[in-house]
Amino acid sequence: MSGIVPRLEMRSVRKRFGSTLALNGVNLSIQPGEVHALVGENGAGKSTLMKVLSGAHQPDDGEMFLDGKPYHPSNPNDARQAGVAMIYQELSLAPHLSVEENIVLGMEPRRLGFTRRGEIRRKALDALKQLDHPEISPSTRVDRLSAAARQIVEIGRALAVGCRVLVLDEPTSSLTRSDTEKLFELIHRLRKQNYAIVYISHFLEEVKRMADRYTVLRDGTTVGTGSVADVTSDQLVHLMVGREIEDLYPRTLRSPGEAILQVQDLAGRKKPESATLTLRRGEVLGIAGLIGAGRTEIFRCLFGLDAVRCGSVKMARYTGAASPHRRWNQGMGMVSEDRKLEGLALNLSIADNLTMTQLKHFGPPGIVFPARQTVAAKHWAQRLSVRCRSVKQKIGDLSGGNQQKVAIARLLHHDCDVLLLDEPTRGIDVGSKAQIYQLIDDLAAGRDGRPPRAVLVISSYLPELMGICDRIHVMCRGILGPAHPIADTDEHKLLLEATGTH
Amino acid sequence: MESRQSPALSPPPAPRRWVHILNAVGPFIGLVMVYFFFVFFGPPSFFTKSTLMTMAQQTVIVGIAALGATAVIIAGGIDLSVGSMVGLVTVATGVALMHGWSAWTATTIGIAAGLVCGLVNGSLISLLGVGPFIVTLGTLLIFRGAAIGIAHEQTVSPDDLGFLGNLLGYLSPDRAWMIVPPGVWIMLGLAVLMAIVLRYTRLGRHFFAIGSNEQTARLCGIAITRVKIIVYALAGMLTGVAGVMQFSRLNQGDPTAADGLELNVIAAVVIGGGSLNGGEGSVLGTFIGALIMTVINTGCQQIGLNTWVQKIVTGSIIIIAVTLDRLRHRRST
Repeated sequence: MSGIVPRLEMRSVRKRFGSTLALNGVNLSIQPGEVHALVGENGAGKSTLMKVLSGAHQPDDGEMFLDGKPYHPSNPNDARQAGVAMIYQELSLAPHLSVEENIVLGMEPRRLGFTRRGEIRRKALDALKQLDHPEISPSTRVDRLSAAARQIVEIGRALAVGCRVLVLDEPTSSLTRSDTEKLFELIHRLRKQNYAIVYISHFLEEVKRMADRYTVLRDGTTVGTGSVADVTSDQLVHLMVGREIEDLYPRTLRSPGEAILQVQDLAGRKKPESATLTLRRGEVLGIAGLIGAGRTEIFRCLFGLDAVRCGSVKMARYTGAASPHRRWNQGMGMVSEDRKLEGLALNLSIADNLTMTQLKHFGPPGIVFPARQTVAAKHWAQRLSVRCRSVKQKIGDLSGGNQQKVAIARLLHHDCDVLLLDEPTRGIDVGSKAQIYQLIDDLAAGRDGRPPRAVLVISSYLPELMGICDRIHVMCRGILGPAHPIADTDEHKLLLEATGTH
Repeated sequence: MESRQSPALSPPPAPRRWVHILNAVGPFIGLVMVYFFFVFFGPPSFFTKSTLMTMAQQTVIVGIAALGATAVIIAGGIDLSVGSMVGLVTVATGVALMHGWSAWTATTIGIAAGLVCGLVNGSLISLLGVGPFIVTLGTLLIFRGAAIGIAHEQTVSPDDLGFLGNLLGYLSPDRAWMIVPPGVWIMLGLAVLMAIVLRYTRLGRHFFAIGSNEQTARLCGIAITRVKIIVYALAGMLTGVAGVMQFSRLNQGDPTAADGLELNVIAAVVIGGGSLNGGEGSVLGTFIGALIMTVINTGCQQIGLNTWVQKIVTGSIIIIAVTLDRLRHRRST
């Protein structure tokens, strides 16, 4: 390769957010006419890397070059002008505008302040022709197009600006099989036209098929790079996982009792397509899988937040329709994956958030004495070592870890038997994580003097699931696989199953 | 568990104490400042008992309607149909008296009309899933139209008003023991009741929860549809009471009465620290907000300023109050 200037090069790029090092020395080099796969587990730093590349974040350290020239985009528009375009998972088109208006958005050809419709049409048709998709009409409104066609429009927009580097983030996740094939053909064509393509995907089969070279990220560092032809899926997974499991996870002897939650062939509107599981008292059951596989949707269906298409759920002695209100009454509680949007009411107090589901015992029917509410909240805040000045403080003022403890304390205050925890340790510090792991173990073992609880945990972090669970299901593309006792599995096998590599 | 605490955890920085105090009494300080501004710069007649009395009376209609609006805004909603509702209630009350029914029956019918309007608002908002701004913009026209239709495009002037004739008027010597007219007492009583509902009942806590984060409220099993209908119905009832007061002030049912009242009502809530994003607001704050507007109006009148100046001053006060509120929030989070 010596002598050829790479189209895009990153050298020892570092990026820090607060106390976490999101990128810690990333190296990446891509030639013109190359499809370069970027792989890594959830949280390995792929999305941060892409944000640095697209100018959404500025690196703290390191260098980037585009065609040998220093490249320092200060915002995404800058990056586009320089020739680097992102095609995101959540497409970023203006749905109410037409195809052609989207393609030239932000750089409309104009004269004296008036747009030139003919010129716009010509540019759009050029881009669509280059992509060999002349069937997309430039005057159609984007919200009338399929997901696949929108993706084409987005790629067309990148070409119209004159981009030389295209970054595709999980491009097949929302496509059907035949659309995926068409996209692959398109990528081949772009490669022949000497575009450099960064291809991010969890699906290793796609990587093996589409990419020329690969780079593996783990914990914000480049841990391997090379030619795809010289590597097996197994080796890639090994590079992605390869770390020691820390001794963060307490685990005492737990004896699973009677089945308390039985789910048979549960299906939602879109996801999950099929989920079957049995949860026992005194058990911690994990659900692994990639982001977007449909794990959260299982919880939402179980809890009555999303509509259920078919399947049966038996919660303790109850069957039949579910609503959050009924589930709480039946002794099921849920912690949402998104604290800010759904989990907590950020401008209310800790006490209000903690007791929101259960205000019954704070006075005569319908009456709430704030003093009694405060006493109860104080009890749980102390039990879970929530760091706060007072439980009357706004919960938005607390750190993520402490907010999460309050979200979990809500289930304890309600005295739930079945705990649904969706990404319970996302975005929180190590100290709080350890406390939450300890708490889960205490609850499942019934060490707080109450009958053992049953815990269902979703996590994207496999070591965590391996550390705290008794059995683990893997979800892949909407379908929940069978449960594996942790003695019979390891991270490697789970990741292979999650990435659809059997 | 305690032994595992990591040193990385540091308690959040404590906001300075004066910020807390300012949060609690900010609107009150504003009211005192506005009042004494007119005491010093206004005519001597401003600083008299009778002026205070006038201001209390003038606050009654906006104040009572704003109690309901406080609950609606705390629950994350808005009600633009308040003025039209008041118009409709005055007509309903008047028509009942025209039938020769008693003042008590007429009052009940007036409040019931408000309740029905509130139920219509609440049901449309929560069952159709259309935003409250749009729904109540629609009912603003619908209620006004209904009022004018029922009144046959004219005022309704019954002969015998019973006690409805003097809820707000000046006290005759034989009723001097009341100190202020009964309408003012009713407003104060309702304010206390509303404050209790918001602070000491499950329903009140649910208003805050829904307004602060509807998704969270749903996750926590709160019956959002029901609570939303209740909050608009409650607001409708209070608007009904405000409408009866309006009738008493006009001594007749006027289908075009209280045009634009909703804007004063929303302004009172917002000046008092209510947030149109929901989850925040208080009865005391709203009450002070309503008084601030009355003081400005009365003061400007007594200085002899034109109504156009009053409007500009009131508008500026709204913007200033909300800006201060935002600054306060930024500092405390």
